[in-house]
Amino acid sequence: MHWLTEPFRHEFMLRALFGCALIGFTNGALSGFIVLRRLALMADAMAHSLLPGVAVAIILFGLAPANLFFGALVAALLVGLGVQIISGSSRIKEDTSLGLLFACAFSLGLVLLSFSPSQVNVTHYLFGNILGLSDDDLWIIYSISLIVLPLLVLFQRPLLLLMFEPSVAASQGVFVRPLTYMLMGLLVLSMISSLQAVGVVLALGMLIAPAATIYLCSDSFAAMFWGGGILGMLGSCAGLVVSYWLNLPSGACIVLVLGGIFFAAYLFSPRYGVLSKFLRRRHLHEESLARWEEHADH
Amino acid sequence: MPAHHLEIKNLTVAYRRVPAVHHVTLNLRCGHCIALLGPNGAGKTTFFKALVGLVPKETGEVVFGGHGKVGADTDIAYLPQRSVIDWDFPITVRGMVEMGRYMRIGKWGRFGKADSEAVDVALRTMDLADLARRQISALSGGQQQRAFLARSLAQEAHVFLLDEPFTGLDKTAQDLLAQAIRKLVAAGNLVVASHHDLKSVPELFDQVIFLNGELIAFGDTGETFNDENIADAYRTQVFSKAQLHRNAGVH
Repeated sequence: MHWLTEPFRHEFMLRALFGCALIGFTNGALSGFIVLRRLALMADAMAHSLLPGVAVAIILFGLAPANLFFGALVAALLVGLGVQIISGSSRIKEDTSLGLLFACAFSLGLVLLSFSPSQVNVTHYLFGNILGLSDDDLWIIYSISLIVLPLLVLFQRPLLLLMFEPSVAASQGVFVRPLTYMLMGLLVLSMISSLQAVGVVLALGMLIAPAATIYLCSDSFAAMFWGGGILGMLGSCAGLVVSYWLNLPSGACIVLVLGGIFFAAYLFSPRYGVLSKFLRRRHLHEESLARWEEHADH
Repeated sequence: MPAHHLEIKNLTVAYRRVPAVHHVTLNLRCGHCIALLGPNGAGKTTFFKALVGLVPKETGEVVFGGHGKVGADTDIAYLPQRSVIDWDFPITVRGMVEMGRYMRIGKWGRFGKADSEAVDVALRTMDLADLARRQISALSGGQQQRAFLARSLAQEAHVFLLDEPFTGLDKTAQDLLAQAIRKLVAAGNLVVASHHDLKSVPELFDQVIFLNGELIAFGDTGETFNDENIADAYRTQVFSKAQLHRNAGVH
């Protein structure tokens, strides 16, 4: 077990492990809702839209995590609102306005960053630095998990109704709009908590891969929720260990491990795996052939 | 059997400021199975959605059992067309029927024994007990429709609004669904279903509503389901029946 314990003799690795476990679990649990509500692309756009807010926060208030947090939150709200306003008041559809605003927001962020007094690296924003987590970072991650997870559990029933069929849910008295906004809010929160650790692009992997994997293996939503959390947590920690031993960027390793597990499920999942389905079909084919020959013999 | 009724008074619904259903007044009594007939774009789905409060009403009101309807309610169940549902959703038949209980027990109420029993009863009534553990995509079209009915039954709905339940079903599945619907009606519920296949109307429904933007006719199938009303309802544009007759007089 030396290979497993050795990395965590370093304090920065222990911090990283904490961060990974928490972010992995929270994002993994949330990923079930993202996948079933089909918010994956929305999440992608949101992730890039946070940049101008982060940039403004750095310019005005400096590089403290709390500042980044509020900057990102405001940017996300503005972009989300802008998408609704543009698609609601003109013939432009939601995906178009989202794509457009996301490109503009990200570019605006880059322009703003060039005015920033301190050295800020865009790569850092995109890919994070989990090995440099400060106490403040860990506190933010911790508090965001404490907000996101209980809310998801508390509102599980109405959320389930909403995801299954929004119009039926509305006819049953579910407040569809507020719930959708809450889900978007939680998405932004968990994105922000991943900002410092794995960066927004890789956070997306953690927000989609775990539930997508479980979705290929199980027909239970509870499994997607809890299983997604556990898979996100274990996958992230495994990625961290891999990155330590292979001396590779940790954020990328985490997502690659999660992605690898997804592809394994895509191929080999007993129920919905592509290969398993193929083998099952062959099996049926042979069975029917055998029966046919047996029939011919008589 | 309590003579519940669903009263629709002067209902007008607009979709993007274009009126889709005009000044419909109807008094539907529970214990009937009613066909909602009309061409595509006649406003059938809009009509259903307005009844459950999914689209705002321009004018009029909907009253059930003496209470004005302001919006969502568990008394009226709306069952959308099968094609709008994501059948790959990770849920079993039983899980889907359990969802019908959610709004009854509230967000945080415990899913108790009574709820579990209500689900069992709903599954048995719709002949789905054996399929309860299946994922919903592993059901046939007719079974999916019955699973929906079971869900609304578990919700203890009194009024079932079905959007084209028979579309895409073969004869056997259609008969089984019709049987299931008859059970609901016999228990004093009101079933209103939009329907396309005119041939099967007399065997499936005891009352008909002809709708084409406005109410064309409503009554017992024996009297109201006739060629004149069908022709009226399926004319491409009906602004007002009175107007039509005036036009007919001119030509």
